[in-house]
Amino acid sequence: MAALMLTGAPALAQTIAITGGTVALGDGSDPIPGGTVIVRDGRIVAAGRDVAVPAGAQRVDATGKWVTPGIVAGFARVGLAEVEAVDGSNDISARASPFSAAIDVARAINPRAQPIAVNRAGGVTRAIVAPAAARSIFAGQGAVIDLGADMNPITRARAFQFVELGETGAADAGGSRASAYVLFHDALREARDLTLRAPIAGPASRRRARANDQRAYGLEDEPNASNPLLGANVSRPQDVLLTRFDAAALVPVLQGRQYLLVHVERASDILQVLGLRKEFPNLRLVLVGCAEGWTVASDIAAAGVPVIASALTDLPNSFEQLASTESNVGRMRAAGVHVSIGMIDDMESLQVRNEKQYAGNLVALTRLPGATGLTWGQALETITSAPAEAIGMGGEIGSLKPGRRADVVVWDGDPLENGTAPILVLIDGVQQPLTNHQTELRDRYRSLAPADLPQAYRR
Amino acid sequence: MSNRAWLFLALGALVGCAASAPPDHPATAAAAPPATPPPTYSRDPYPSTYRRYPGVLTAITGGTVFDGEGGRIENGTVILADGLVQAIGGPDTPIPAGATRIDAHGKWVTPGIIDVHSHLGDYPSPAVEAHQDGNELTGPVHPDVWAEHSVWPQDPGFSRALANGGVTTIEILPGSGDLFGGRSVTIKNVPARTVQAMKFPGAPYGLKMACGENPKRVYGSRNQMPGSRMGNIALDRETWARAVEYKRRWDHYEKVGGEPPTRDIGMDTLRGVLEGQIRIQNHCYRADEMANMIDMSKEFGYHIAAFHHAVEAYKIADLLRENHICAAMWSDWYGFKMEAYDGIPENIALVQNAGACAMVHSDDPNGIQRLYQEAAKAQAAGRRIGIDIPDPVVWEWLSFNPAKALGISDRTGSLKPGKMADVVLWNGNPLSVYTRPEKVWIDGALLYDAMNPKLRPVSDFELGQPGEGDVK
Repeated sequence: MAALMLTGAPALAQTIAITGGTVALGDGSDPIPGGTVIVRDGRIVAAGRDVAVPAGAQRVDATGKWVTPGIVAGFARVGLAEVEAVDGSNDISARASPFSAAIDVARAINPRAQPIAVNRAGGVTRAIVAPAAARSIFAGQGAVIDLGADMNPITRARAFQFVELGETGAADAGGSRASAYVLFHDALREARDLTLRAPIAGPASRRRARANDQRAYGLEDEPNASNPLLGANVSRPQDVLLTRFDAAALVPVLQGRQYLLVHVERASDILQVLGLRKEFPNLRLVLVGCAEGWTVASDIAAAGVPVIASALTDLPNSFEQLASTESNVGRMRAAGVHVSIGMIDDMESLQVRNEKQYAGNLVALTRLPGATGLTWGQALETITSAPAEAIGMGGEIGSLKPGRRADVVVWDGDPLENGTAPILVLIDGVQQPLTNHQTELRDRYRSLAPADLPQAYRR
Repeated sequence: MSNRAWLFLALGALVGCAASAPPDHPATAAAAPPATPPPTYSRDPYPSTYRRYPGVLTAITGGTVFDGEGGRIENGTVILADGLVQAIGGPDTPIPAGATRIDAHGKWVTPGIIDVHSHLGDYPSPAVEAHQDGNELTGPVHPDVWAEHSVWPQDPGFSRALANGGVTTIEILPGSGDLFGGRSVTIKNVPARTVQAMKFPGAPYGLKMACGENPKRVYGSRNQMPGSRMGNIALDRETWARAVEYKRRWDHYEKVGGEPPTRDIGMDTLRGVLEGQIRIQNHCYRADEMANMIDMSKEFGYHIAAFHHAVEAYKIADLLRENHICAAMWSDWYGFKMEAYDGIPENIALVQNAGACAMVHSDDPNGIQRLYQEAAKAQAAGRRIGIDIPDPVVWEWLSFNPAKALGISDRTGSLKPGKMADVVLWNGNPLSVYTRPEKVWIDGALLYDAMNPKLRPVSDFELGQPGEGDVK
């Protein structure tokens, strides 16, 4: 099936009307046959039934096709590696680095990495990209990126800190969960101490204003250049474990200005993490993994903490996943937990395009006695708006609601079904190329018949 | 790198397929053969003790049937009796008196899926250090080790492969850290206390070989041979040359008697390969390396049954066809290592289109639960470039071709009268993501039933644990 081509280069100012397709908004609602999506200035103007097409809009006929928001990969490492096993191309973790929490993946994202292009062709338009922990329980700061074919991949830098507090965290902390928690407490103590010692100039009103300003400690800007916590006049006591940069990076976590994504699987670990808010009331927690989440789902729901779960984990792959079942996501959702899908430790630098297959499997469970799955609309939600909402970006990405960034995919069939593929991908309203290393190899080797020149001349 | 998949990829295995032609080995005519054959070693010292479980005379009627060999029957009838497929046909197929009727209207009936590449049991769950039994890694040449001696029958993964995957037969391989990784074992996916009680009766052994990055990385990093791809081939050839000599000595002894040659357990395996009795299952990603392995097989007189993880099979699908070698592939894995860089989703369809033997494999305890979905993805990728492969032909990738690669296609892999009643009833079209197995029969015994929680295996490991007996 040939890709749809918009005529000309869709500039931001252009109005695009995608008509006639089955439209799914990504908000959990059921798909709408014969729906319309209007895009203007890189944003969604309207989507759904009975949407008027503005005069002069460029029309895309999606009759017989499906139209959805682009997939938001809930926990990903796409863009951080070209070939996972080739160290030079892999920036996922840094075992020999002196730094941990201060690590900022935004610097390392390569928008030209083939996995970006491959997953873009698979309908993934945004990804929540996390570093992996190496020498500390703190992996560093993750980013929200787009998978567009341009050199500006960062949607939100330093969107969250990622920490390991299960088996991996125990190992990173020297061998026990107990040690991981001491390290966690110590790290936040060091962050707090730093804020107490950092002088903030100006009147009290200005100090208060700055404390509430995202930019005060450089979350949006380059964090280390302007951060007063790193100033020459900030002294620290001798008994510190973290570097100053790492401690400073945890200040926004402590103050609740930056999300804290926590990887845990075991039920008891989940409860321990939820309990952290008793001591650190400002933490904006998001749980990642949570294979045993269904066994403590009411606690998670009561805490109002979102979960980015691994959709199909059903093996006791470790002693922290003994209760694994594919019904985990469905059961957590039924208990009122805000659930989305991520791919931690699951080819997340390469294969986030398969999140749609995972979501489809959750629908399959609704037809299996004893299992708990999701409706189709809910399943799509777990790979579009739900991960965006988990990190506070539901107003920007992940759905076709008015005002959202126009990340729109037209599919050649039901997007959750096996083997369906995008025929049009818009990111911020801009049509994206769907070719990559793989499509060129495919075309080169489509025929093996002898030719006048070697394969190397076919391109 | 934290992906669990790395375990298998990094230390992965090798597979083979297609009908193997045993090479001709003219016996040296020397002394007259003795009246009674000289005593020799057992070829089957760890024999299968598998016995099929009781089944009932069963008639599955009204479903869409894929026979596994490319055939499709609407409103079909499949009769299971005495552990075998007794009959398959249309709605007019006679139903034997007393048969238990299974209404399959709106459902699909297929042969059970065969995964030609699994590490269930030798890299079981939980994936703790104490369970890492799939790679010997104490030397690059280990045809002496047998995967069955590592298989833990209590691996909870077997039950997931059955209930979610519809998998009835599995080849369990050693990993790919060694050039010669050891013997594989083919099992029926029936829970048992011992691996012997799972072994597929009479299934030929396989020998896992590995090309490429893994052996040279493992041993090169120890400053040992092989440290390069050329080192891989050199050590392979030295080993095969010794095997040819070993075979000659034993052939001579078994013919004319005298002092028996010194036993070498690893060489026993290679002799079996040279005799055409043990099938080469060859882990090999790159096209150029597959070509090298094909030449080596000709140099020493054996046949490669299948290349496993053949991500570049599409570049040499003609070579595979001409040499009767199957390719075991993922639908879309790529890029996790350098030799996987050129993986493309059209690989399987291009191999099929070239007339070679294509198979879908897992190498993964999660992937084995969704092989039918992977097949559907590969089919769709083909369709987008104009290669239209009908659903019942796609099913050959999952059952009949793997059976051929394993040398068991005369007994299973398709629904033909007289073959093992390894059957899956699906609650919809099994090439849809929304479909799951509803019932699975192995040798005619109903061993999984989604409608009956009692027909769901639970391994010893999971007893008394949270989630025991849960849907998985």
